[in-house]
Amino acid sequence: MAEANYPEDLRYHDQHDWVRIEGDEGIFGITWYAQDSLGEVVFYDPPEVGSSVEKDVSYAEVESVKAVSDVIAPMSGEVVAVNEDLGDAPEHINEDPYGAGWLVKVRLSSPEQAEALLDAAEYRKLLDS
Amino acid sequence: MRTPLYEQHVDLGAKVVDFAGWEMPVTYEGIREEHSAVRTHVGMFDVSHMGEVEVEGPGALKFLQRVLSNDVAKVEVGGAQYSCLCQEDGGVIDDLFLYRLGGDRYLIVTNAANHGTDLAWFGRHGRDFDVAVRDVAERYAMLAVQGPHARAVLSGALRVELPPRMRVAPVKVGRRPALACGTGYTGEDGVELLIDPEVAAPIWAELLEAGVVPCGLGARDTLRLEVCFPLHGNDLSTERNPIEAGLGWCCVESTGFIGAEAVAAARAGGTAEKLAPFLIEGAGIPREGNPVLAGGETVGVVSSGTFSPSLERGAGMAYLRSDLVEPGTEVEIDVRGKHRPARIASKPLYRKRS
Repeated sequence: MAEANYPEDLRYHDQHDWVRIEGDEGIFGITWYAQDSLGEVVFYDPPEVGSSVEKDVSYAEVESVKAVSDVIAPMSGEVVAVNEDLGDAPEHINEDPYGAGWLVKVRLSSPEQAEALLDAAEYRKLLDS
Repeated sequence: MRTPLYEQHVDLGAKVVDFAGWEMPVTYEGIREEHSAVRTHVGMFDVSHMGEVEVEGPGALKFLQRVLSNDVAKVEVGGAQYSCLCQEDGGVIDDLFLYRLGGDRYLIVTNAANHGTDLAWFGRHGRDFDVAVRDVAERYAMLAVQGPHARAVLSGALRVELPPRMRVAPVKVGRRPALACGTGYTGEDGVELLIDPEVAAPIWAELLEAGVVPCGLGARDTLRLEVCFPLHGNDLSTERNPIEAGLGWCCVESTGFIGAEAVAAARAGGTAEKLAPFLIEGAGIPREGNPVLAGGETVGVVSSGTFSPSLERGAGMAYLRSDLVEPGTEVEIDVRGKHRPARIASKPLYRKRS
């Protein structure tokens, strides 16, 4: 998507990652700002299903033609699904970062971590500062 | 530093990065689109950060034979030639194009990062010759217009007659004297224009109007890497000689250039390592500095690596043990701890479908 966009229903990590909380699971991805800074994503290197991710620690890599970027977990848990479609179509991360460009689904081990994350307004403020 | 086209880049929404002290556009709309524009149509690059040095005088040829690796005597008036600038030990200070503008008048185009070093080197060695060496970088803006349609679009838009490949011709661009060079760094046909900085902005606008796609340094890098043109600072350095870099073809030791003895020795005796292109077999994008592995041991290092937009996979060049550079040889690239299978390829990695 061409215009900056930060949906209200997501929680944000200051390293430009988002989580959509659905019960005891969270879907992770990178924000519009992150994909715009990186440029066209040409490769997504996902973690394995069953592996654990830790809040504030890198769990995957996304690469553009010129650069590689670590993807930081906004919350801790166990990976229950990865977005397999991105293998053939990593450009979804640019085109639809909050939809078809989701990266992993995680069973959250510490749901209370959500409280420390930013809401959309706070994240926008961070980007403006 | 900024080129005369800095405002144009910003207006077009370019991502601007520092490159050798210059604020340069890395991409406008996306590296893949720009890359593809040059492979299929026509793109233009602001390469005004590159330096120019004029060499003039009765001793010009003798001086150039001494400092440049190629046989400068072979260059006719209006001709162009690629050379290395070597240290005594053969280490490559820079790689550059030489254009012969007149009987004893030559123009050299330097890499931006090396312009100062090259000038100092020319100045030091020029003292022994009847020659004037001038830094004329401020006299020129440089536009590389590249792609299968480059000549047609350029000659139509600027109403100029363009020189054939590997030739240079004086032309008028924006009613000012300019040089058109049949050279480039993309593997496509095209022209490099050396123009008056004052007309750079209107000429840029005119070419945009004519449908030429603005391209940044990102696409310049992927385009040159697909055709295995070396980049100084990555694939060439003072730590490597032209033989191991695969540039023996532009070294003529009989001219007695500085470094000729070392180059002759490397040519005769071989080198421990050689530069070779490779392709990643599956997933993964190699990057500069990644180790190359074979049989469980480190056998080399990636000097340039990227995602190849034309081949749609990881590609690069690496210095590796000379017994492993045969095309088809299987190696692994250690990309941040993941061992990615790769295969040594032949040059160029990308070949135009005819």
